[in-house]
Amino acid sequence: MMQKPNNMMLQTLARLIILIILSFSIYLLLAGHNSPGGGFVGGLMTASAILILYLSFDLKSIQKAIKFDYIKIIGIGLLFASLTGVVSMLFGFPFLKQFFDYFTLPILGEVELTTAMVFDLGVYFVVLASALTIILTIAEDDK
Amino acid sequence: MTLLHWAVLLPFIAAILIPFLYKYLKRIHTGWFVLILPLVLFVYFLSFIPKTSSGEVILNNLNWVPSLGINFNVYLDGLSLLFALLITGIGSLVVLYSIYYLSKHKEKLNNFYVYLLMFMGAMLGVVLSDNLIVIYVFWELTSIASSLLISYWYTREKSVYGAQKSMYITVFGGLSMLGGFSLLYVIAGTFSIRELIANADLVMASSLFIPAMILVLLGAFTKSAQFPFHIWLPDAMEAPTPVSAYLHSATMVKAGIYLVARLTGVFGGAPEWFWIITIAGLVTLTWGSISAVRQKDLKGILAFSTVSQLGLIMSLLGAGSAAFYFQDGDNALYMTAILAAVFHLINHATFKGSLFMAAGIIDHETGTRDIRKLGGLMTVLPVTATISLIGLASMAGLPPFNGFLSKELFFTGMLNVTEYGIFNLETFGFIIPVIAWIASVFTFLYCILMFSKTFMGKFDISKLKVKHVHEAPIGMLISPVILAALVVVFGLFPNLLAYSLIEPAMAAIIPGILSPGEFFDVHISHWHGFSPELWMTFGVVALGILLFMTFKKWENTAFYRGEQDLFNYAYDSGYEGLIKGSQWITRLQMTGRLRDYFIYMNTFIILIMAYTMYRYSLPAIQSLDLSPIPIYFWLVILVFIGSIVVIPFINNRVALIIATGVSGFIVALLFVLFRAPDLALTQLLIESVSVILFMLVFYHLPKLKKVKTPPKMKAVKLIISIGFGLMITLGSLSVFSMGQEVNFDSISEYYTENSKEEAGGYNIVNVILVDFRGLDTMLEILVVSMAVLTVVSLIRLRFKGSEDI
Amino acid sequence: MELLMSIVIGIIFSVTIYLFMSKNLLRVVAATLLLSHGVHLLLLTMSGLQRGAAPILSFDADAYTDPLPQALVLTAIVISFGVTAILLVMSYRTYKVHKTDDLEELRGSADE
Repeated sequence: MMQKPNNMMLQTLARLIILIILSFSIYLLLAGHNSPGGGFVGGLMTASAILILYLSFDLKSIQKAIKFDYIKIIGIGLLFASLTGVVSMLFGFPFLKQFFDYFTLPILGEVELTTAMVFDLGVYFVVLASALTIILTIAEDDK
Repeated sequence: MTLLHWAVLLPFIAAILIPFLYKYLKRIHTGWFVLILPLVLFVYFLSFIPKTSSGEVILNNLNWVPSLGINFNVYLDGLSLLFALLITGIGSLVVLYSIYYLSKHKEKLNNFYVYLLMFMGAMLGVVLSDNLIVIYVFWELTSIASSLLISYWYTREKSVYGAQKSMYITVFGGLSMLGGFSLLYVIAGTFSIRELIANADLVMASSLFIPAMILVLLGAFTKSAQFPFHIWLPDAMEAPTPVSAYLHSATMVKAGIYLVARLTGVFGGAPEWFWIITIAGLVTLTWGSISAVRQKDLKGILAFSTVSQLGLIMSLLGAGSAAFYFQDGDNALYMTAILAAVFHLINHATFKGSLFMAAGIIDHETGTRDIRKLGGLMTVLPVTATISLIGLASMAGLPPFNGFLSKELFFTGMLNVTEYGIFNLETFGFIIPVIAWIASVFTFLYCILMFSKTFMGKFDISKLKVKHVHEAPIGMLISPVILAALVVVFGLFPNLLAYSLIEPAMAAIIPGILSPGEFFDVHISHWHGFSPELWMTFGVVALGILLFMTFKKWENTAFYRGEQDLFNYAYDSGYEGLIKGSQWITRLQMTGRLRDYFIYMNTFIILIMAYTMYRYSLPAIQSLDLSPIPIYFWLVILVFIGSIVVIPFINNRVALIIATGVSGFIVALLFVLFRAPDLALTQLLIESVSVILFMLVFYHLPKLKKVKTPPKMKAVKLIISIGFGLMITLGSLSVFSMGQEVNFDSISEYYTENSKEEAGGYNIVNVILVDFRGLDTMLEILVVSMAVLTVVSLIRLRFKGSEDI
Repeated sequence: MELLMSIVIGIIFSVTIYLFMSKNLLRVVAATLLLSHGVHLLLLTMSGLQRGAAPILSFDADAYTDPLPQALVLTAIVISFGVTAILLVMSYRTYKVHKTDDLEELRGSADE
């Protein structure tokens, strides 16, 4: 599996589907605070989009195209999550105290910005990279 | 923190510094630095003598865990001071002796002195604390230090055996003692010894009195090597000789005696206390002295003689405890016992210390301690021979040495017991002096044997490993000479100690008997006329010499040839049995079969759950307010059950993946129906990723085989799994119904109400995850990351050059 | 509905335990997957089912389903994915090294 699939239909469809899934996953991530979604769901969604890529094309060409070291992304995610906690400590609040406020931005109008979003972004990265690393490590071992 | 607190803590601080001194000042023997500490402390404690001898006590409080009644309160009275002086005084001499005994080139001096200082601090802590818990902590520290010192030459098998044995026995005792202390706390509500003594009536009246007493005595008896726990002491002789002289004769083994003396004020007066301690002491005295005769190792003889002498002091304390029964009766009658106990405690430390050091010199110079190889050393080691002669004569109870005086007092104390007229003593009391007399005969015998076998007879160097034998260096002789000199001085002028040390210690052992300002009458005299005690001594000497003369006749009997204590067999076989037993149990249950483990675990879980539900009649599911079930729900559930129940019957890999996948997707659907959109989304995605993962792995695994299970096994499996399922169903229902019946405020409401105001989020589940319970989520992603690292290392890391692929 | 779900959960647990006692490594791994389903549903069922709207305040409903078990289950789902992954990889490696997936053969010698 994941070595040499050769399916034109799948590949063409995949390009289209992945775009949709990726954008939906970003939506899920950002909307998580107020409607269903969040870091866990968003991360898994992105991971499955990338997995479809791997399934429809072969492992090597995708690895050439996406040159991320997923384990590093896990680290970055953990860093994001813990930094939001530490930053609030710097201002004399308890660890992981979150803040929010409403801002008016051009084009978007009034938008709620929260520090929890940064935390959720950390979760997103960790979940995304974890799912991918687990599967890709096993897939690579096929060789 | 007062100076007295620092006195306890200083040895520990010094122990931290020793390794550095050892490392950077290699040219000077580390012992010289160590020596300063006990000397300073000894002088410091000496300065308390005027205070304690006038009946004053010193109490300094230091809170430690006040909420639990645990405070590091230092308490100094006559008894504490006596022990503190012994610890620091003998400690100084032992350290001085060790400087010449242990070579600075060959030995790991840093280890040795760290342990020794640790012991010194702990021992001071035991005798200076007023709080039972603090005593317990220091008590266990002395056990640990003692074990470490016994196993100082840890490459020797016997050292490790001895260390283990002493550890097991003394720690067992220590734990029992902790139990006893806790019971005392339950009774009186305090850990303070002074308060306990003040409330002694309360303790005496309690139904927990006997259990508390026995538990405390277990601690004291194991530490002081009382019969039948004495077996650890002879094996502790594997320690370097300075340690044997210090811990295993002069100080640590007397901690049990200290505890008994200290708690006499709490327990004394009860017939049980009197009988248990007196009998245990006398049996130990006799058993120890008879066993000592059989030993061929110099230190073995000394070890058993220590056991026996400790028994002697113990029995005296038991006899003296009757003082509390009489309150203000004729105090000369029982006071002699207490006086003898305190006096002999001091005497024993002096003569036994000098004897151990002499044995150490013999070992050091001749390379052996076996009395069958030694002989005729009198001319070769004249000073050592003199020291030994003084020590042994004192131990045997010959005038004019201090041992004679305390032995006479001991006889008086034991004879007095018959006149108490309480505790049924009028019928059985006569046995007590008889036993004491018999034990003394054997004590006399092993003293002569030890001296004659080592120093008399023919000197035969061919039996020894060394080429030349010469007297020890002067430095090594200083300590035993000082101790031997003390033996003589205390023997000639016993009243030097009478009111400075002995009387205050006696007053501390039996507090509250005297009114303030009164003193016990302590006068130790050499000549009482031809009293029964003197005739007893004559008898001891006569019979002892007779036995010695006829020694040749029973030299070849089984009694003399065997060295092992009977109770060693019990200990060894008990130890073996414990290991074998646990191995047997382990082998019985650890079959290596996952199936068996699940059968055990689940059977117990089912039984416990069933019993709990029956006991608390949990499935009283009466007022179930169930949600209605829509028609379509039945359909979903039917497919769900179908996809699950079919799984055990599948023998095809792909079908297995599909069935588990289907069940997972239906769970996602159920989440939708249960109004959990976040869960549904997550489950859906996780299930997809899982299916890919399963496909990837199953691709490499072999095909599923149809397994034939014997019908009996199948039945067991079925019963257990169905029983487990049933319990879960009942448990789920009872929790659900309980939640409705009890009608408590759910903590969830807090989240529902505050999600918007506090965190600015509308999706409560997400707000809980990232805000309210952010730390949990944080740790969760950490766990996920660790799982990933595990997977990666399982696959990518390989052993190189082994059969691993 | 809670009664029905409790019974369903009981069935899931029964099948899980039955699979755990099988000799085949794959069945054991599948059983852990099922077990996590069972536990997730159990958590939700015990708190009551379908009692109010989904816990999203913008629905502006009178009552919401208890959000706390949902948050618990959400984390549990992700964690159990990690556990399943480790178990799968371990069985995969075990098979590669020992060439068998039979737990009876994987027991090792008696004196080990």
